[in-house]
Amino acid sequence: MRLDDDDFTLFGLPQRFAQQRSDIDARWKALQAEVHPDRFAADGAAAQRVAMQWAVRVNEAYQRLKDPLKRAAALCALHGQRIDAHDNTAMPPAFLMQQMEWREALDEAHDAAAVETLAEQVTQRRRAMLAELQILIDERADWVSAAQEVRALMFIERFADGVDARLHALES
Amino acid sequence: MALLQISEPGQTPDPHQRRIAVGIDLGTTHSLVAVVRHAMPECLPDEQGRVILPSAVRYLEGGGRQIGHAAIDTQAEDPENTIVSVKRFMGRGLADVHGHEKLPYRFVDAPGMLSLETRDGVKSPVEVSAEILAALRQRAEDSFDTDEQFGAVITVPAYFDEAQRQATKDAAQLARLNVLRLINEPTAAAIAYGLENGSEGLYAVYDLGGGTFDISLLRLARGVFEVVATGGDSALGGDDFDRALADWALAEAGREVRSAQDKRAVLVAARAAKEALSDAPQATLRGVIDGQPLEVPVTREQFEALTRCLLDRTVTAVKRVLRDAKVARDEVQGVVMVGGSTRMPAVQAAVGEFFGRAPLTNLNPDEVVALGAAIQANQLAGNAPDGELLLLDVIPLSLGIETMGGLVERIIERNTTIPTAQAQDFTTFKDGQTAMALHVVQGERELVADCRSLARFELRGIPPMAAGAARIRVSFQVDADGLLSVSAKEQTSGVQAAIVVKPSYGLSDEQIAGMLREGFSHAEDDMRLRALRESRVEAERMLLATRSALAVDGDLLSAEEQTAIDVLMRDVEAAMRGDSHGAIDAAVEALAKGTEAFAAERMNRGIRQALAGRRVDQV
Repeated sequence: MRLDDDDFTLFGLPQRFAQQRSDIDARWKALQAEVHPDRFAADGAAAQRVAMQWAVRVNEAYQRLKDPLKRAAALCALHGQRIDAHDNTAMPPAFLMQQMEWREALDEAHDAAAVETLAEQVTQRRRAMLAELQILIDERADWVSAAQEVRALMFIERFADGVDARLHALES
Repeated sequence: MALLQISEPGQTPDPHQRRIAVGIDLGTTHSLVAVVRHAMPECLPDEQGRVILPSAVRYLEGGGRQIGHAAIDTQAEDPENTIVSVKRFMGRGLADVHGHEKLPYRFVDAPGMLSLETRDGVKSPVEVSAEILAALRQRAEDSFDTDEQFGAVITVPAYFDEAQRQATKDAAQLARLNVLRLINEPTAAAIAYGLENGSEGLYAVYDLGGGTFDISLLRLARGVFEVVATGGDSALGGDDFDRALADWALAEAGREVRSAQDKRAVLVAARAAKEALSDAPQATLRGVIDGQPLEVPVTREQFEALTRCLLDRTVTAVKRVLRDAKVARDEVQGVVMVGGSTRMPAVQAAVGEFFGRAPLTNLNPDEVVALGAAIQANQLAGNAPDGELLLLDVIPLSLGIETMGGLVERIIERNTTIPTAQAQDFTTFKDGQTAMALHVVQGERELVADCRSLARFELRGIPPMAAGAARIRVSFQVDADGLLSVSAKEQTSGVQAAIVVKPSYGLSDEQIAGMLREGFSHAEDDMRLRALRESRVEAERMLLATRSALAVDGDLLSAEEQTAIDVLMRDVEAAMRGDSHGAIDAAVEALAKGTEAFAAERMNRGIRQALAGRRVDQV
């Protein structure tokens, strides 16, 4: 077990998209129980520094593994398809059209109920795309299409954040 | 004399000797110190048997101080020199403190953190807090008849930002406490509660203290306390309820307060009336201002109407935390109430109504935080060998960096589990640019102006390149105390710069050293001996840890590596025979560095064994 092992190896999980969240959580806690700096509070500065490195590494892997989108991006990268979202913004026109429609709908939504309706649509769409991602990765190993799907989902997540922010603003 | 208890070189102290580690709740209104004795946490009482130390410091003529009850009893007579609720000023500028003009102090504003003018000179909130911590330290030392404490866990509101945490740590340093860890108050409460009740599942901790409000969601499972999300308001507490009642009563009576005495008197009267209203449907606010009695009857309904907006602010924060955690309110299995202000019936009713279940109030809301801190301190000191306790806490507020146009680029999102590290790449925007200014901020808003500024530093010596060609990786690291360090490195040239973030307006190390020199009635000789003793204790601890590591995992080392470590250990022993604490510290640091690779190897083995063990379990 090494600090530079990939996330899946570190957590002792198979390299695939479909994962049980409860497995990931259980392994995270078991690993932290071994490496957390609190475990080495009486062992001097050297042990503290190493423990800190490990605990950071375990938390970093956990952040990626537990989030389906980050997990998919990590798998794509492991198979030579880096996501590089900043450079790769070319999206199919139909997808972009829908994004624009959603953005207009959000601009026009002036009460919590309207925003919640939109939020529900976004959730549905996200769920469908994640199901598709699972087929692309676990069944077809089609990394190019999977990477494209990840990029599309990143747009959707960003939009979902905007919807959440609006809901928050309306509630408080 | 404790000084002579250091063992002679070669003579190992008993490794099973208990180390004393205390938990301290440094509260806005009250402070407590607790310790685990006979496997149970308990709060330590003062000579009169009182566990609560009011968080009040009075500066007397001639340099003396009164701390706690004595200071509270005379606060209305000498309000300008009696500092209460100082926690609200920690890491805060005058503009941050709402309603400061109604407080009886002579404030001195300074960039970042305000100070208070007293008859004993200008005092920083850090110094005032240090007096309270020193009093608790003294209480603990008296209880154990020793001054060889191993350390303390100090609690802070979960919603405290970087500046407030750093100020708390500075105060502890000033009070000569060895801080094992800062932990969040709701987390400490959850430890005490969870261990007491054997609870598992998702719990909310609603902590309304004298000056701060925290709401945390925790998942409890077999000794693991995982904070899922946290939120709150570090400037909302019982003091605000007092002030609302005081303002109303003055308006009712058509009176005004001008002097510092009257300002304090009306707040004291309001607090007494508020507390009476927790037990009775009506009460009378009674005080003397301008030499004339003030008597205003008030009903519980009136009081609740006056303070409804304060309560609503807490409910808004609760909603946001549930949303952050992506959890519905009926998934929460229990709500633990912490802080004296949760005694108000309206608070319990509002929380009960929101979650659809009666809140849990079976632990003393004043003591539960200190008790939890003591449990964690005991664990960190290594006194609970088969301790299963593990805290996985989060940062309460996002951390980021200023980018073009005064916008914030968030590097670490709020509610990320600590310790954590994140990096992001930036580039230059001018041709031939050789330096880059970095401005570290904390908060959730998009504009730098709306966030809290933490630190500024510069990366210099970037080789001249075309705009956009340099690749500057900015790395944020948050340690287990929630404290941040930031580094920046230009990737192509390797030029780098780093800082441990001391909030711009925090105290510099020199200021702290200066305060340590002048304060706390330690003669210089005494301080030198103390430093020497502390260095020897640390050296002994390091030797002990190294020996036990070698005994368990010595097989990981080659003969040469083993010899190198032996030499370093002998150097430490030799330094301990001398009386230079600097030489001891240097030898200990060399041993720490020299065993770093060994420590890494041991850690790797530990993890491999842990994983292997789990796989076997699954077969």
